[in-house]
Amino acid sequence: MTDNGNPTGWSRRRFLQTGAATTAGLGALSFSGTAPTGFVRNAWAQDFRNNPGNSDTVTLGFNVPQTGPYAEEGKDELRAYKLAVKHLNGEGDGGMLNTMQPTALKGNGILGKKVDYVTGDTQTKSDAARASAKRMIERDGVVMVTGGSSSGVAVSVQALCQDMGVIFMAGLTHANDTTGKDRRRYGFRHFFNAHMSAAALGPVLKEQMGTNRKSYMLVADYNWGWSVEESMKNVTEEMGWETVNALRTPLGTSDYSQYLTPVRDSGADVLFLIHYGGDMVNSLTQAVQFGLKDATVNGKPFEIVVPLYSRVMAQGAGEAVAGIYGSTNWHWSLQNEGSEAFVKSFGEEYGFPPSQAAHTCYVQTLLYANAVESAGTFYPPEVIKFLEGFEFTGMGNGDTLYRAADHQAFKPVLVVKGNDDPQSQFDLLEVVKEVPTEEIMYPADLYPGNLGPYEV
Amino acid sequence: MASITHFNPSTPKRDLAVMGIFALVVLTAPIWATPIGANYPDLLQRFAIFGIFAIGYNLLFGLTGYLSFGHAAFLGVGSYAAVWIFKLLTMNAILAVAFGMLVAAVFAVAIGYVALRRAGIYFAILTLAFAQMSYRLAYSVLTPITNGETGLTLDGNDPRVIDALFGGGGEGIPNPSLFGLELTGYAAFYFCAVVLILAFWVSLKIFRSPFGLKLLAIKSNQTRMRFTGYNTRPYVLTVFVISGMYAGLAGSLMAVTDPLAGAERMVWTASGEVVLMTILGGAGTLVGPMLGAVLIKYAENIFSAVNDSQLADLFGFLPEPVTDLMVGVASLFVGEGWHLTLGLLFMAIVIFLPGGMMEGLYRIGGAIRRRRAGGRAADNSAVTQPSE
Amino acid sequence: MDSLLLQLLNGLDKGAAYALIALGLTLVFGTLGVVNFAHGALFMLGAFVAVSVNKLLTISQKVRDESITAFEAYTEKPYLEIWLGDLGTEIIQWSVPISALVAIPVMLLIGLVMERGLIQYFYKRTHAEQILVTFGLAIVLGEIIKVFFGANPISQSAPPELSGAARLGAMLGLNENLVYPWWRLVYLLCSFLIVSSVFAFLKLTTYGMVVRAGMADREMVGLLGINIQRRFTVVFGIAAIVTGLAGCLYTPILPPDYHMGMNFLVLSFVVVVVGGMGSLGGAVCAGFLLGILQSFAAMSWVKDIVPGIDQIIIYLIAVVILLTRPRGLMGRKGVMEG
Repeated sequence: MTDNGNPTGWSRRRFLQTGAATTAGLGALSFSGTAPTGFVRNAWAQDFRNNPGNSDTVTLGFNVPQTGPYAEEGKDELRAYKLAVKHLNGEGDGGMLNTMQPTALKGNGILGKKVDYVTGDTQTKSDAARASAKRMIERDGVVMVTGGSSSGVAVSVQALCQDMGVIFMAGLTHANDTTGKDRRRYGFRHFFNAHMSAAALGPVLKEQMGTNRKSYMLVADYNWGWSVEESMKNVTEEMGWETVNALRTPLGTSDYSQYLTPVRDSGADVLFLIHYGGDMVNSLTQAVQFGLKDATVNGKPFEIVVPLYSRVMAQGAGEAVAGIYGSTNWHWSLQNEGSEAFVKSFGEEYGFPPSQAAHTCYVQTLLYANAVESAGTFYPPEVIKFLEGFEFTGMGNGDTLYRAADHQAFKPVLVVKGNDDPQSQFDLLEVVKEVPTEEIMYPADLYPGNLGPYEV
Repeated sequence: MASITHFNPSTPKRDLAVMGIFALVVLTAPIWATPIGANYPDLLQRFAIFGIFAIGYNLLFGLTGYLSFGHAAFLGVGSYAAVWIFKLLTMNAILAVAFGMLVAAVFAVAIGYVALRRAGIYFAILTLAFAQMSYRLAYSVLTPITNGETGLTLDGNDPRVIDALFGGGGEGIPNPSLFGLELTGYAAFYFCAVVLILAFWVSLKIFRSPFGLKLLAIKSNQTRMRFTGYNTRPYVLTVFVISGMYAGLAGSLMAVTDPLAGAERMVWTASGEVVLMTILGGAGTLVGPMLGAVLIKYAENIFSAVNDSQLADLFGFLPEPVTDLMVGVASLFVGEGWHLTLGLLFMAIVIFLPGGMMEGLYRIGGAIRRRRAGGRAADNSAVTQPSE
Repeated sequence: MDSLLLQLLNGLDKGAAYALIALGLTLVFGTLGVVNFAHGALFMLGAFVAVSVNKLLTISQKVRDESITAFEAYTEKPYLEIWLGDLGTEIIQWSVPISALVAIPVMLLIGLVMERGLIQYFYKRTHAEQILVTFGLAIVLGEIIKVFFGANPISQSAPPELSGAARLGAMLGLNENLVYPWWRLVYLLCSFLIVSSVFAFLKLTTYGMVVRAGMADREMVGLLGINIQRRFTVVFGIAAIVTGLAGCLYTPILPPDYHMGMNFLVLSFVVVVVGGMGSLGGAVCAGFLLGILQSFAAMSWVKDIVPGIDQIIIYLIAVVILLTRPRGLMGRKGVMEG
């Protein structure tokens, strides 16, 4: 698998030289992978793909959507990655490097090597994302790929990274499949998933809306939508709710009127909008216009629930989000040491607070760096073994566990509500409850999958 | 003029030279791609695969003028067919490619038979409609066959009957192979390159054949052809199916180099992309579509990967305020702004080079010849035929 | 029965939107013969006229929220509210209708610049070249908007008087559940108004008649000593206005972002071609037909019978119509058939 060698440094070096601008650091990169491994710091001197060897820099690959509907989210992820690189190299105020527990990071790069990075555009398409990841691995010699803003992309890039023997630290991906059916030994997800969203929302919805409710679901008609639908149904039906109908809607619908009009007639009093990004912006905006938010059905106020919230959605839907429940992985207004440190560095650098996508990407980068530093090698199997079962805190979510069996991180989940009375342009969501880890935990074999081998 | 359009008189000797040069350029890609930062297996594979796709599209559009806006559907089904062969039977690439082309051909016969009842824009919309239906169904209700959004991938539990028969298999997920030679990295590129050269050769033969000339006649005046007693439809349908098989070939090669098949390969923008490649390079020319494919894939994979810190290095020799300014301006066109570059490129080429990139090459060639001939030669640079 | 009635209303509303979006394209494409892939971009630009007007009206006095130190968070109060009080608030709330008025001259200007600066050189070029240049233009326009406004959708509100739902059922003495958003009814009405004024212009005025004659036989009209070129420029301008208004008025329903044009591009081509090339009436009919059938296809019981039908209904109808009627619903012979 790895016998194709690595001709990559050469081309990259030439590429930059044509611009007459090879810096010392980047120039050194041209040795990556092909350099003879003379002095190797670690005890496991196996050769592996993109071994940084004696090079004094190490390259990470940031693969985010830069065009298409999630371009803004990708941009925020990239900001977080750049900040993480800065902090790892000992520049800036250090951010979460100061709050992470336990940590082996010293702010002098990773294993003494200065951290460098390359970027790519996933276009939120599996093919483009894999092409971009392959470029990073084959040409730029990265030791780790991270990023992504949708589950389709995360699952396919994760599978690629497993084949190529390069670690993948997933960005924003919410489907159960990423660490369920499609889990991989080389892939790790810090973000939460559909199952956890449902488990966290359940008790809050019960508290706010009672046990005698009839729900109607509009579901994005693809894998992610179905997995959220399944999880939400399980949780709500267990607490006594009845699902009147779950109607599947085509991806990329701009006008939802034909799906929204039957809701009122159905006798349902709760509407779940299981859409992401632009689709959710449209469906929520239009649901509110159909008067659903102000309606009274069965003598109860009609409620709308959005299982997964993100900044794209909250900004795009504007006033429509007020009072609408949903879940997120993290929110900048959290009052804990890690979050405050991160919001401070990010805010001072860019002038506004980070999104949850930025947070998870920043944390993933630090977690990888720490794993390498602690394992004492870039050799992927050792890094993976360190991350499996790794427990840490001070990264904004409280106590967190990277479960060894499926590489899913477990930590408290936030249930949030659209702010009725925003105090500033960033004050869109208010945290209703931090649901503790025990309540959202599930057995690893609930979604059976096969991690695959350490050595590829 | 080293002409390679069908428009000029051609001799077998000249064609042989064209073939030779083409093969040489393709096989030496890892050398000439190095200075432009494109020398890594994945991108070279993509150049070859999309080259095949565009060359095949050009057979239909360049020769007959029929504008299909649904060719990506054939590419998509080719990919799915190939991955299913990998899953069920064997990792041998030959079988996957053959089956991919076969399934694409079946689709092309069905869609072509219906869509070719209409011409012009009506034909374009019919092909678009079929492709969009394939895409939308593959993404949603056909998920059991296509694995929907995530895409069809290989699995450790796949049966792979033929491989199992010969005692193959073992741990993990195998790579596609050619009778024992693993098709990854540069091996996969050379496999694609050889197929590309073959595909180009077939395309050249079609251009030169009586069949190709009939198609050109259809393009210039379909009604007159009918009056002279030709039933044009079988000819157009034949080339439509051949062109669909090229797309299926490209799709199955995508699966060979990277065993995954996703629905988004069939979306209308993917069909639009091959139209753009063909027109950009020069529709109706032999090599033009290949050039268009290389240019668009290069922009997509290289421009999009340039980021601010690399730009800062590039302009680092300038005084700091100038550097910042240059980085600010340049970053509009690369990284997240690479679409802007692509859009401007499209406009510039069509405004200044009607006839596509091949026109540019002719002009350069013409200028050199004129200089050599000391002004004796007439201006032959405008010989590219209108592209429809 | 009520659900059918509601879906019919949905279909009419959707159809009106489709007709409006397709009308501009059919003027340029079906009659001037330009395959305009930048049509979606015009729709998007119209929507961003609304965004820009709203941004201008809500230029705000910013009061720093001192409780947040890491970055600068503000509470914003628009100057218009400070200066004009309730009237200012009112003006801001009515920003979408105001921007529709602004959109008319702005889109006319954009249309004229586009036609004079680029499109006029492409009337005689091949369709392939028209596709390439207009697609390039569409990408460039989208990217420019992205640079200024970012990639996220930006929500726009309808005026509060028009943003709720109309209780049609109660008004008409039918089922209480028969409600429909006011703004969609407004959109329906505007669509009728715009479509009929374009028809009136082309069919009833002498100017329009000459334009139509020019579309049918350009050389003949030229021989009569009429400057048909200038009239085509005007037609392009009208097309830009119609498309821009369609986009601008759609913003409360669909928060605009920079690539919304691409989503509507395919749809508008399908509507125009199903309607038949060169026929304004055909485009309008096709819009309503597709809108209504799309609404019915989304109903639960229909989906139970044919799974996924709502995913493909538009394309399915297009195929059926184009196979049964060679030139779409009302296409003229010889337009874009070669």
